[in-house]
Amino acid sequence: MTPGSYIPTEYFPVLVLILVSIAFGLGVILIGGLVRLKRPYKEKLTPYECGNPMVGAPREQFSVKFYIIAMLFVVFDVEAVFLYPWALVYEDIGLYALIAMILFIDILLAGYVYAWQKKAFDW
Amino acid sequence: MNFNEIFGTFGLQSTSFLFQLLIVLVKIAVVIAITMLHVAYATYFERKVIGHMQVRVGPMRVGPHGLLQPIADGVKLFFKEDIIPSNADRTVFQIAPLVAVFATLSSLAVIPFYDIFYIANINVGILYIFAMSSLGAYSLIMSGWASNSKYSFLGGLRSTAQVVSYEIAMAFSLVSIMLMAGSMNLIEIVQAQQQYWYGMYLIPQFVAYIVFLIAMLAETNRTPFDLPEAESELVAGYFVEYSGMRFALFFLGEYIGMIVMSSLAVVCFWGGWTVPPILLKFIPQLAIVPGIVWFILKVYFHIFLFYWIRATLPRYRYDKLMALGWKILIPVALANLVVTSIIKYIY
Repeated sequence: MTPGSYIPTEYFPVLVLILVSIAFGLGVILIGGLVRLKRPYKEKLTPYECGNPMVGAPREQFSVKFYIIAMLFVVFDVEAVFLYPWALVYEDIGLYALIAMILFIDILLAGYVYAWQKKAFDW
Repeated sequence: MNFNEIFGTFGLQSTSFLFQLLIVLVKIAVVIAITMLHVAYATYFERKVIGHMQVRVGPMRVGPHGLLQPIADGVKLFFKEDIIPSNADRTVFQIAPLVAVFATLSSLAVIPFYDIFYIANINVGILYIFAMSSLGAYSLIMSGWASNSKYSFLGGLRSTAQVVSYEIAMAFSLVSIMLMAGSMNLIEIVQAQQQYWYGMYLIPQFVAYIVFLIAMLAETNRTPFDLPEAESELVAGYFVEYSGMRFALFFLGEYIGMIVMSSLAVVCFWGGWTVPPILLKFIPQLAIVPGIVWFILKVYFHIFLFYWIRATLPRYRYDKLMALGWKILIPVALANLVVTSIIKYIY
């Protein structure tokens, strides 16, 4: 097979379902738009704060923990992505794959222990 | 570029292309219709199950035993006003529920309902479901940020952190399934489970199943991990400001997410549409039951589990939720993966 000659026809139904599901969401909203009420007034359109007038801005500073979790997520999720192809070809490669993966996880484990010691998982 | 050339790029002639498109569309229509009906009655089932667990009767008024209640709810939501708060980011606010329903509905493409009925048979099935459920996190953060309300903002942040944390544990638990099956294709995973006399990965991968089950509850924001919408402190979390049909789309997304996750659990751990060979050996009559029946029974067992857990457990505290995900589930799933690979090497 020459490069570029492969046409992923088995993905075609996935594409159709993606288009249908977007159309479904839009359709439900648009059809609803034909029949539903529209009586906005100022009080109704204020953000909900248990009936009180809004105090301060909602998008203020928030806990730095969320940033740490986001960074850790990227590290671990990329690691998981490396493991997918490894798991698929494991049978063909055998012992070499096993040792390579254990070394890989060990390196990651060092970072994991460091993050734990720095209390990145404590709130 | 004319019609034939455009579709020729799919390697198809226009007539056969249109025929294939028709088949795909019919399949999609069947799947979506069943899913929508299921979602409607899943809410009824949930209210009834939880009602009886709490010694109440649940919905009784609309129709016999309240059977028409979901229809009435749906019709009511259609007529409700679509309120967009004045200081919200209008575009993002309006797109977020569409993303929620799109992310979960499109995951149904790769679920093999039984051996001959699936929308698409692709080699990266699990990866595709992961990709789509990651997209779901966007709807949380978009709605939380765009509503410009404190409750939504906090709820959006919390749920995003929760969903991404538990996604890692879920990914690791499924890597050991991929390792055992040597495939990411969901149909091949089901077939690979038939080589055992018990016909499911539930037994050798019990640890991974428990990790998956806990991560599944957290991914779909269900009790005891429903912190994003902790109603006693955040009112409803990221969708506080939504009403009418847009609220319904979030709701739909959550319930379809439950079906997708339950189906993934059934396919990866419970042998999908198949019956354990040992059972078939003793009771050969079971072979005449169509596969779809087994699949639906297994999926409904998981959905019942969602409700059962909801009626049983109180809500987790947020620090404990994060500690459970990062300090327990991830190491356990990783250890399980290493043990699985060593055992697989030895045998």
